[in-house]
Amino acid sequence: MFEVRIHGRGGQGVVTAAELLSIAGFREGRHAQAFPSFGSERTGAPVMAFCRIDDKPIRVREPVMTPDALIIQDPTLLHQVNLFQGLKPDGYVLINSAHGIAALGIDGLGHRQERLLTVPASELALKHVGRPLPNAALLGGFSAFAGLVHLNSIKAAIAEKFSGAVAAANIAAAEAAHDWVIAELKEAA
Amino acid sequence: MVYTPVKFYQTGTHTIGNRLLPAEARTVQSEPDRANALSCGHRACQGCGEALGARYAVDAAMRAAGRDLIAANATGCLEVFSTPYPETSWQIPWIHSLFGNAPAVATGIAAAMKAKGRSTRVIAQGGDGGTTDIGFGCLSGMFERNDDVLYMCYDNEAYMNTGVQRSSATPPAARTATTPAIGKAPGNAFGQGKDVPRIALAHEIPYVATATVANLRDLEAKVTRAMSLHGARYIHVLVPCPLGWGTASHETIKIARLAMETGLFPVFEGGHGEVTAVLKIRAKRPVEEYLQPQKRFAHLFRDETGRAAIAHLQAIADRNIARYGLIDPAAEV
Amino acid sequence: MLKQIEGSRAVAETVALCRPEVVCAYPISPQTHIVEAVGELVKSGALQPCEYINVESEFAAMSVAIGGSAAGARAYTATASQGLLFMVEAIYNASGLGLPIVMTVANRAIGAPINIWNDHSDALSQRDSGWIQLFAETNQEAADLHIQAFRLAEALSLPVMVCMDGFILTHAYEQVDLPTQAQVDAFLPRYEPRQVLDPLDPVTIGAMVGPEAFTEVRYLAHYRQEEALELIPDIAADFAASFGRDSGGLIRPYRLEDAETVVIALGSVLGTIKDVIDEMRAGGVKIGALGIVSYRPFPAEAIRQAMRHAKRWVVVEKALAVGMGGVVSTDVRMALDPALHQVGTAAIAGLGGRAITKDSLHRLFDLVVDGTAEPLHFLDLNLPVVKHELERMGNMRRSGPIAENLLKHLGTVAARIA
Repeated sequence: MFEVRIHGRGGQGVVTAAELLSIAGFREGRHAQAFPSFGSERTGAPVMAFCRIDDKPIRVREPVMTPDALIIQDPTLLHQVNLFQGLKPDGYVLINSAHGIAALGIDGLGHRQERLLTVPASELALKHVGRPLPNAALLGGFSAFAGLVHLNSIKAAIAEKFSGAVAAANIAAAEAAHDWVIAELKEAA
Repeated sequence: MVYTPVKFYQTGTHTIGNRLLPAEARTVQSEPDRANALSCGHRACQGCGEALGARYAVDAAMRAAGRDLIAANATGCLEVFSTPYPETSWQIPWIHSLFGNAPAVATGIAAAMKAKGRSTRVIAQGGDGGTTDIGFGCLSGMFERNDDVLYMCYDNEAYMNTGVQRSSATPPAARTATTPAIGKAPGNAFGQGKDVPRIALAHEIPYVATATVANLRDLEAKVTRAMSLHGARYIHVLVPCPLGWGTASHETIKIARLAMETGLFPVFEGGHGEVTAVLKIRAKRPVEEYLQPQKRFAHLFRDETGRAAIAHLQAIADRNIARYGLIDPAAEV
Repeated sequence: MLKQIEGSRAVAETVALCRPEVVCAYPISPQTHIVEAVGELVKSGALQPCEYINVESEFAAMSVAIGGSAAGARAYTATASQGLLFMVEAIYNASGLGLPIVMTVANRAIGAPINIWNDHSDALSQRDSGWIQLFAETNQEAADLHIQAFRLAEALSLPVMVCMDGFILTHAYEQVDLPTQAQVDAFLPRYEPRQVLDPLDPVTIGAMVGPEAFTEVRYLAHYRQEEALELIPDIAADFAASFGRDSGGLIRPYRLEDAETVVIALGSVLGTIKDVIDEMRAGGVKIGALGIVSYRPFPAEAIRQAMRHAKRWVVVEKALAVGMGGVVSTDVRMALDPALHQVGTAAIAGLGGRAITKDSLHRLFDLVVDGTAEPLHFLDLNLPVVKHELERMGNMRRSGPIAENLLKHLGTVAARIA
């Protein structure tokens, strides 16, 4: 089982991100579970969503306590909420930011450096979607980073949940972020 | 041959039961084949205004609906005296659910008929308690959605079935079990009676009317007119309660007429937010004439406080007369 | 057809396949997505003929359902928590009159303090109301139970509440196999009422009944729920034959055959429990689980049979009978054979949506297996916080509102994961 925890603020599409990821997993013939954890339901409040993907039916319902991956949609949470709680030693951390890991002040965590990555998802979203809604871009980047699901599955999930121009724009953002991460990983290698 | 003219004094009067009239002028009640929806044998008190009003209203609705009618009834006197288990007086499909939900239950029945493509009509009935108080939320909801229901409120101005407690329809100064006629401000010391007919008008529903059991032809006509329309409709009927009002049981109709002729109970008709017709007062009476026969107002005739209360009620009556134009200036005596 | 879908949506689409004719909706978290989705299906024409009424309160919602059902229509509504309480008078009215209304309860805690998250206190507060109460473990089961519920309700002339954990199931995306219209039509016949408001055959419904007959009317309600004990497994078997999967029934045993310790629960927490059971079994512990699907009628005989070899049991309860302790555990205790002297624990867990983690369950089950669990155990109780508040209350008369004091003591909540 692979467990993902997504952090962000209300209004950034955190819950939708988890849902899209679960649809992507489903499309690849796997079992997938996505659910939110709300605080107070208002724009701007910290929210979390969870996604589990497995080859057998998923029965557990607890929040993701020991994530295999973290997707952080809003870096302002980094020093406010203990985002890294329970993160597995080899866990992937993908952060929405135009700055690098060192600039965000989290390189001293003692975590495997190659498992920490930033991607400018809000900027890419602004460019392709016209709004700084980073979730689709982050999922595109995540597909390249962790290899849990394929980019095509992410794109299919976006097309299922959205339609017309909105779907196309988000798919473009996901692709752009995917390619950006591929390039980053190549450079780092 | 010599013809001797014979005068039939009974023809041409508007007595309820008069059948010596052209067909269109006869009442529903005068017809031997009337539905008799609320048949005799129920347990109402002698002189009950509600039993009278309900019988007339439902039979008129039945005729208008071609007997294709379902009724929902709130808890209250009408429900209790008409269905003492294991007997029932109702000859129509009739449901009693709760005190506060008759409008909503009727909405559900109307929705079922619509879903099934049936043209069966729906009426809801309740007393003032079930309508102006506990059922008010559901009533407003039914109005706002314009559900296809005719709601009949039989107003005897208190919770009579449970022992004459004050409702929001109780008029100022009236004695009830929870507004006793003692102390510095005896009787119903606050409030003016919630004006649900005007609130109904404010919902812009297609038909709103008031009526009393003093003019049963008018009541039948209003029910008939309401049934010719669809959407949310409301008729508020003043029904004196001899027990609760402390009046003689043979004077129910007279008391209702006095309520109208003092101006305390304006009788009007309207819809879509406007009053379109009123029943004019033929001979205006001072409110004392209406209050005197009622023991629930006996304490108003003792002292200065009582006189002030009577003056307050007269002011309300006068305001109604002005507001609704209940008196023709030419006809004023 | 297999879909990756939100639980609420799966329920809404399945309810629509059951061809309800009157649907009334009043919004309350976390049921809103269900009634919104049904509303969409009506408005788009996918669900016709159906009247969708936006009512002004939950009391109105159940009342509209009562009117619709009494007039012969298949009626449906959904609610949770405060909304369920607001319609309680009508809840008893519906069951007392014997109207086969089906309602989804998206289980949520009851205030004060106000809380929108999941526990079972809402449904369990109505356990004596005469409604049949079925609890879904997964979103698949939540959808399936609605189909079975309409058939059960109409067969017995009793209303049925299908309970699914608010947020945990309603807002979870998972795989659900949605049936076709043809499949549901074959399983669920047209509604033929036992009593109906019909101008061609008038009846009076809702008479006052005095001491001379009231007991007999109530006895018959109980009798019909006991009939449900037979009918529920029958319907579940028929469902399995028609739809090809197990759903519903009275109880759901898991690795119970040689279990010495049994964990009992209702609803979605059974999934987490099963994972823990597997881990403990791998370590050699003879432990199993028993899910209760039909809580009312309470399947006492089935439970007694299923547990006859167990030495100890624990009920993971998502509710608290204030002043008493467990709710479900009390019923379980009553069902067991006293001669067997089985030792039981009521573990109050998950109140107000507190996450029930595998770690906590492991610790709890270890205590139960050890024999050191108290009869009433509060899972993950923050005792220091409680003690602090008690001390505060002991020190001053005007100690302030308890809930606010506890929250202040706990500090920022956002920093926590679970």
